[in-house]
Amino acid sequence: MNHRLQALLITCFLSVLPTAPVRSAEAEPSAARQLQLLRILRQDCGSCHGMQLKGGLGPALTAEALRELPHEAVAATIFHGRPGTPMPPWKSMISAAEADWLARQLQHATPAASGTEAQK
Amino acid sequence: MKPANHLPTRCLAGLSGLLLSLQLSLLLSACASPAATEPGPQNIVGTGDLGLVVERASGSLQLLNTSRRELLGRIEGLGDLSHASLVYSRDGAHAYVFGRDGALSKVHLPSRRLLARVQQSGNSIGGAISQDGRLVAAQNYQPGGIKVFDSVTLAEVADIPAEYAPGQRSRVVGLAELPGQRFIFSLFDADEIWIADLSGIAAGRPPQLQKFKDVGRQPYDALITPDGRHYIAGLFGEDGLAKIDLWAAEPRVERILAGYGRGQQALPVFKMPHLRGWAVAGRHAYLPAIGRHEVLVVDTESWQEVGRIAVAGQPVFVMARPDGRQVWVNFALPDYDRVQVIDTQSRQIIQTLKPGRAVLHMEFTPRGESVWISARDDNQISVIDTASFAVQARLPAASPSGIFFTSRAQRSGF
Repeated sequence: MNHRLQALLITCFLSVLPTAPVRSAEAEPSAARQLQLLRILRQDCGSCHGMQLKGGLGPALTAEALRELPHEAVAATIFHGRPGTPMPPWKSMISAAEADWLARQLQHATPAASGTEAQK
Repeated sequence: MKPANHLPTRCLAGLSGLLLSLQLSLLLSACASPAATEPGPQNIVGTGDLGLVVERASGSLQLLNTSRRELLGRIEGLGDLSHASLVYSRDGAHAYVFGRDGALSKVHLPSRRLLARVQQSGNSIGGAISQDGRLVAAQNYQPGGIKVFDSVTLAEVADIPAEYAPGQRSRVVGLAELPGQRFIFSLFDADEIWIADLSGIAAGRPPQLQKFKDVGRQPYDALITPDGRHYIAGLFGEDGLAKIDLWAAEPRVERILAGYGRGQQALPVFKMPHLRGWAVAGRHAYLPAIGRHEVLVVDTESWQEVGRIAVAGQPVFVMARPDGRQVWVNFALPDYDRVQVIDTQSRQIIQTLKPGRAVLHMEFTPRGESVWISARDDNQISVIDTASFAVQARLPAASPSGIFFTSRAQRSGF
């Protein structure tokens, strides 16, 4: 539990650094990219967090679980990872604005289940 | 379906005192004949060339045949199968499927039926079957621990919380069976390895636990060598692996390959490697490095590193062809469109294949002439000749992940 708290603190600290993703509501990813991001979320984030995002080696990413956390901390966790835990930084694969958009989706409502989407 | 020799006994019991030998022999043949004809065609089909593919997104399995290189049809209704794995009963006719949603399902391959399903935890990550095939154990993240079931009825026979401090339960990884109704597993959050002995369960005795502490930071998966002698846990939190020699008079944890990435910045790990598809080829073990685009080569006599091989990405599965001549490697994203083949004699990469997008798993046929590879984002399984690397078949499957052949039923640690 100590490790977790530590990681959360680091995450919160990161979120106030200038390198943290900035809130950029105007810079929405394109519709096609949004689909891609949601697919990454389900399929690849899902390898640790579960395809239904209910958790696994990584914690649950449901809206219930994330809603109370500061938005900046969630976005920074995606972008920079959580040192000391298996959560990697995704900045080599997505932009800060995209991390920000994903964090907003996650906190607003758990993105729609993918049972059928993944089959196409 | 009673054994045929029970039938005459039953018939005899119904007889009054008269035992004319002629009558008896007539009776025997009359009683025995229904048993002899009873097995229908379905029950005499061998299972040695069957297998299952997990279709992770649709909660289904596809039954496959490795001789015909065909998919034979679906078994549906298994829930959330992302990261699902399964083990086989020793007859190779039944599989126990561990779903991410914490359900344990039992399926029958020849009839493609889901026979039973129990919701045993909130979040599960795999399981094991005992040496004698009687017990099936599931390793759980939530609530952390293992649960053990009767393999015939799926009745729960033991619940072992991974409680390492008052009120603190660890997520469990790296579960494997040991001889004599024992299971060994690692506690990711507690840096511990436990052995649970369930040999007294049938007689009403509780599981006996043996605990190894401070094994190294964050064991994330483990393997057992095919002889059952060494249990090796990969460590996420530090460079190195934890090894236990289970044949030692007093088994203890030793660190091997400590500091394999010393002084170098670890690369991000977008998917945790799996150790279960262990690769021991001859006297060398091939293991994925964490945070490094390398496969480590270890001498299994001295447990010293004897080499490392640069590969195309973060290795996920490092698997030896059954003869040990080749080792096949797949990767975490973003490099998961590739598979590389290492020749164990030269320790060189001799082939880089692109079998599809999002390669998640590989499975060798029992004697290794072919390998089946799942490509999740292409909804496809490729069957590849391991000698010529030619594609022998391409089969459609919905978001395929794990591929499991019934030959696992006869292998320890699977």
